[in-house]
Amino acid sequence: MEEYRIELTVNDEKIIGTAKAEESLLKFLRRHGFSEVKCGCEKGECGTCTVILDKKAIKSCITLALRADHKEVWTVKGMEKLELGRKLQESFVNHGAIQCGFCTPGMILTAKDYLDKNPLPNREEIKKAISGNLCRCTGYKKIVDAIYDVAGENHKLGGDIDV
Amino acid sequence: MSEFKIVGKPIPRHDAWSKVTGDLKYADDFTMPGMLFAKVLRSKYPAAKIISIDTGKAEQLDGVRAVLTAKDVPHNETVTKFGQSTEVGKGFEGLYRVLAEKKVRFMGEAVALVAAETEEIAEEALDLIEVKYEPLTGVFDPLEAIKPGAYLVGESKSNIIGEFGCQQGDLEKGFAQADVIIEDTYKVPFVDHAYLEPEAGISWIDDYGILIIRVSTQVIEHFRDVADVLGLPHNKVRYIGTMMGGGFGGKEDITVETYLALLTWKTKKPVRLVYTREESILCHSKRHPLVMKYKVGAKKDGKLIALDADLISDAGAYPYLSPWVTLYATVNAAGPYCIPNVKVRAHCVLTNNTFTSANRGFGAPQPNFAYESIMDELSHKLNIDPLEIRRRNCLTTGKALATTGQVFKTYVALPEVAEKAWKALGESTECKKDEGRKIGRGLAIGLMSYGRMTFLHDSSRCYVRLESDGSILIRSGIPDLGGGQISLLCQIVAEELGVPTSRVKIYHSDTALTPLAGTTTATRQTYMSGNATLKAAREIRNRILNKAAEILNVNQDKLDLINEKVIVNYDPSQYVPLVKVIQVCNADGIELFCEAQFNAPSTMVPDLSNIRGMTFPDFTFGAQAVEIAVDTETGQVEILKLVTCYDVGKAINPLSVEGQMEGGSIYGMGYALTEEVIMEKGMTMTPSFAEYIIPTAADVPDVKAILVESGGGLGPYGAKGIGEPSCSIIAPAILNAIYDAVGVRIKSLPATPEKIIRALKSDYFRK
Repeated sequence: MEEYRIELTVNDEKIIGTAKAEESLLKFLRRHGFSEVKCGCEKGECGTCTVILDKKAIKSCITLALRADHKEVWTVKGMEKLELGRKLQESFVNHGAIQCGFCTPGMILTAKDYLDKNPLPNREEIKKAISGNLCRCTGYKKIVDAIYDVAGENHKLGGDIDV
Repeated sequence: MSEFKIVGKPIPRHDAWSKVTGDLKYADDFTMPGMLFAKVLRSKYPAAKIISIDTGKAEQLDGVRAVLTAKDVPHNETVTKFGQSTEVGKGFEGLYRVLAEKKVRFMGEAVALVAAETEEIAEEALDLIEVKYEPLTGVFDPLEAIKPGAYLVGESKSNIIGEFGCQQGDLEKGFAQADVIIEDTYKVPFVDHAYLEPEAGISWIDDYGILIIRVSTQVIEHFRDVADVLGLPHNKVRYIGTMMGGGFGGKEDITVETYLALLTWKTKKPVRLVYTREESILCHSKRHPLVMKYKVGAKKDGKLIALDADLISDAGAYPYLSPWVTLYATVNAAGPYCIPNVKVRAHCVLTNNTFTSANRGFGAPQPNFAYESIMDELSHKLNIDPLEIRRRNCLTTGKALATTGQVFKTYVALPEVAEKAWKALGESTECKKDEGRKIGRGLAIGLMSYGRMTFLHDSSRCYVRLESDGSILIRSGIPDLGGGQISLLCQIVAEELGVPTSRVKIYHSDTALTPLAGTTTATRQTYMSGNATLKAAREIRNRILNKAAEILNVNQDKLDLINEKVIVNYDPSQYVPLVKVIQVCNADGIELFCEAQFNAPSTMVPDLSNIRGMTFPDFTFGAQAVEIAVDTETGQVEILKLVTCYDVGKAINPLSVEGQMEGGSIYGMGYALTEEVIMEKGMTMTPSFAEYIIPTAADVPDVKAILVESGGGLGPYGAKGIGEPSCSIIAPAILNAIYDAVGVRIKSLPATPEKIIRALKSDYFRK
């Protein structure tokens, strides 16, 4: 099977590699050492493999690696470099939003992408936004707490308070 | 100790940062040079004879390093254990067969193993293995399988693999005195654990010929079982347990490890095996479906007088932990109520369905659904408020469990938790008249043991060492499935030795290097390993204080160990730094390490036909209440409010305890409303998250967790276990609320919109 050369940035660092046409971005990233991108179902149903591709949270298991050519990818490891990402990480830790942690990377990336675009959500909107990321441990409450707390800072900065 | 500094505080977990940054390496994240990839060939029939297996073509494929079938397994048949080191005799330990031989018993049973240089080659090799089957009729309904003359799933003359009973009083006399009798049959389905991390592991042989398996498991003690399969001495197999991406009982039995061990032993190469999601749902254990026939009698005032329960449990194709789970169900069958006349019988029966075994709750959630539905029925029939009828009947301190007669010596919080949960629902939600939705409320209470059955003679060990710089190292075999198990031990040690948790490091889950702490199952780790850790830490604390008393020249009982200082408690200006005391201890040859063992109370194996007396060390009591809306056009249920209230004894980390209570509620909510592994004649029809529906964030209410801390538990600082109890009583609360809303009693889980609408419009569907 033919392999194609692709070039992309992951967490602001350049990666050059080859991928077969049918290889998923998930497999490509994990093959290149980004083991923080988790594999939970490989069918786009659980959200553990979520990454941000081209400023959009996507499920990397159902995205072809070739689609990331010349694009920007962020995984949870890169969140420390971004203000909102770092805040979300801290908030997840402090709220006890993490149990087994397997959904956490995907959950944080979905939350980051959502808050980038919707800085003033209420709790119900947050729940809808993360409903493509399954979590079996927490019952979601503390995850929503963690995200809402970060969004709450935006509320304090002058947005409408909507609980 | 006067006041807690660290215990009882909602502090972030020890493992939280490594999870949030993605640094933590789960079982699937570990690779080794020269590693091979394993795949498992699985039966496509639920019941069939294996006529022949031809591996020739697969073996010849380039890149294939090993193809193994049953004939290549040194000891293909052993017995299922789950870490117990005591002998409990027959009736519990069933056949564990590594690879199918002669006959397959369920769809997805492992038939052959492949190791190859790439995953793709391994997959291709599976297609080249030629297995000739002769399909057999099989049996898929436990009620059929239990009949004489039924198709035999295994090699014995009966499909029944376990029979349990409890009785007290005189059932006939009891029912004769009853003013109202309710008879009903309740059913619950197969349930998947649906942990997000599929089963995974990697194995290799170290420099000294030791077989090492790094695996996501709740039971590192399976190293013994793997050694038995290979015919190796136990000390030649080493397990390294990884932080699990969830377990819920599904990683309690052996999963990938034996396959890895066989392939590594054969090829002498590192081998990695990761299940796909489909494979996971198809092949790992399920929660037991039960058919529960109940007859309950009560007096006019609501007082229960007689209970007769007959439980039939579907064990699936192999025993695994079915006998144990059925014993739990038997003990739990009469619920948390005082009932003078009781008879419970339970059978577990082999079928050609996927095998069933441990799943969070371990036999408690099933009967809880039945008896709490019946309590609700009684409350309506007798026109007694749901809280009041439970108050009149529930166990209180000093009373005995109606099934086994085990007396509760510690505080029984049932009346308190029931009232708190019910009242916390607050004002009723208003529903617009034209909305087509109806509001309802439901309550359920329950109990579940924490700690293993006492006849298993359970123990846990822990090692604690104070370093010369005042930092602390813990070694414990404890597996962490995400519940905060390792973090809890760090917190206990930090509290006892007066250091911040950041000064404590734990090394865990290694059968060669960490003292065995037993399984992370049975809601036992806070209790068992918490106590072992507390014992070790207190021993060292005592040595430190003893030496400090000499240094400060004050009585030891006037000293406290806080913020890395030993202080005189009536005059904190007098102190000696911990590091200084350590120096003196080291110079004087005082040991600043300790390995301690905690033993649970133990009993003899009970008479299984009439189980009496103590079977568990203690129980956790809880109540859950919900308010829901039912859409009368679609049957859709929305949970508006969900309150969970448990006596947790002492919340060592309230964040973790709330996490268990919130997560457990939603785990149980899935059981109530959506989750069912549908099997049609042994074929799994729901092998993905598109068909097996677990709750998403959009489906759930904000769970309100109310923690009662009676201090009455047997764990450290009076803690009780909460992991499994937390999920075991929500389903009937939700179903009782459905009845309250629309007058429909659903007697089989899950209460899907289809079932509700069919019951609501039964006239229409009859036409």
